Amino acid sequence: MTIKGKAYIAGIYEHPTRHAPDKSTAQLHAEVAKGALEDAGLTKDDIDGYFLAGDAPGGLWPMVDYLGLKVRHMDSTETGGCSYLIHLGHAAEAIAAGKCSIALVTLAGKPRTGPMPPRAAGAEADFEAAYGATTHNAYGMCAMRHMHDYGTTSEQLAWIKVAASHHAQYNPHAMLKDVVTVEDVLNSPMISDPLHRMDCCVVTDGGGAMIVTTPEIAKSLKKPLVRLIGHGEAMKGPRGGKDLDLTYSAGVWSGPRAFEEAGVTPKDIKYASIYDSFTITVLMQLEDLGFCKKGEGGKFVADGNLISGVGKLPFNTDGGGLCSNHPVNRGGMTKILEAVRQLRGEAHPKVQVKNCDLAVAHGTGGLLGVRHAASTCILERV
Amino acid sequence: MAEAKKYNAPVTNPETAPFWEAAKAGKFMIKRCTACGEPHYFPRSICPFCFSDKTVWEEASGEGTIYTYSLMRKSPTGPYAIGYVTLKEGPSLQTNFVDCDLEKLKIGQKVKVVFKPTDGAPLPFFTPA
Repeated sequence: MTIKGKAYIAGIYEHPTRHAPDKSTAQLHAEVAKGALEDAGLTKDDIDGYFLAGDAPGGLWPMVDYLGLKVRHMDSTETGGCSYLIHLGHAAEAIAAGKCSIALVTLAGKPRTGPMPPRAAGAEADFEAAYGATTHNAYGMCAMRHMHDYGTTSEQLAWIKVAASHHAQYNPHAMLKDVVTVEDVLNSPMISDPLHRMDCCVVTDGGGAMIVTTPEIAKSLKKPLVRLIGHGEAMKGPRGGKDLDLTYSAGVWSGPRAFEEAGVTPKDIKYASIYDSFTITVLMQLEDLGFCKKGEGGKFVADGNLISGVGKLPFNTDGGGLCSNHPVNRGGMTKILEAVRQLRGEAHPKVQVKNCDLAVAHGTGGLLGVRHAASTCILERV
Repeated sequence: MAEAKKYNAPVTNPETAPFWEAAKAGKFMIKRCTACGEPHYFPRSICPFCFSDKTVWEEASGEGTIYTYSLMRKSPTGPYAIGYVTLKEGPSLQTNFVDCDLEKLKIGQKVKVVFKPTDGAPLPFFTPA
């Protein structure tokens, strides 16, 4: 049993807003759903499956009702920023099993307008909550140990931001459009050692959505055909504190599962959407997915190797979370959307990868240095 | 070095209450599984490695080394350093480093537990040994 080729992404939409104080969060979900349906050439009543995560206010009960959906399959898997990559895999499973035929996945929210509600406490709360783990320092702890174990440098991490900024200059909706240098990153204020402000992603209001459907329905529509051929998901935490190693992510498990199912290797990939909550996130995930050996990520990302048309592995050609958009502090959806644009040939001409027929979209969710999930999707143009 | 920091009291629950009772007496406890022999932290009643319910409380030395850290430069309560300490007994745990120059922390540095008061049970932190 495999989901390989059983589900196609027929519609995508990224909200152009980066600041939406005048809209409600539910409204943003509706707007991105509408956008993805229009892109696919479908209507609301065609939807029979709905996937959402923790950003959707109130979860499935209010959202299904608010949108006026009539669904026969639902999934509210919540794994932070990578939820939507997992939703894509789960939608493919549901479609392959005949549980739904046209699935909607939405993400939207407004962290730039106002603070997000705190995460619900887990079993660890009494033993960790007092220590103030935040995204910045939880990723900082990973970067600090990666530097210690492998000699990774701040200059190497900075190259990831530099590459993202080269791409963002062509994205009219990007929050940060200025091209930056390694020096700019190193001279930006230290936020949580060893991460500088420019090692961190943007905070934006907004959202995105996609429509996942059967091969038959996708072929009846007008968009270029993009299908999921491999998917993996995994979780990692300190697990009782045994053999703690913060230099790798759950991508070491989700990645190989996805590549094996797809029957391809990292060498075959033409374009990579890699979750870039922080520069270190990208570096570790590239290693974990097998684009280079563990510990060699610093060398791999340096000297523009991630810049489209310059380096060997074009990444996040929309400018990514580092420069363009990080709606609701969750980057998984936009990773899928730019991968689909690349495979359709709809990326900006300045960053479009030639003959882009195979892409990976990968992300983590949660706190990399504490507890996080990972999901990997291998996408193919048919 | 913002020292007058106020910490919220741990909520505690039936599974972990013995840890906080011991903390009031200045003891730092971990759990050990008598079936597989593995120690773990934070404490669970069922071993996260072999899933046996034969876990027992054990007083730890409170000594360890810094596995990693990150110095948060700004926060509403001032700068603070979060990190992981690998205990002499084996398990690694999340903590804050206190009562020291946060700029001088190093991976591999020896540290020891120190309890800070709350309105309830005291909370464990680590400081250079």
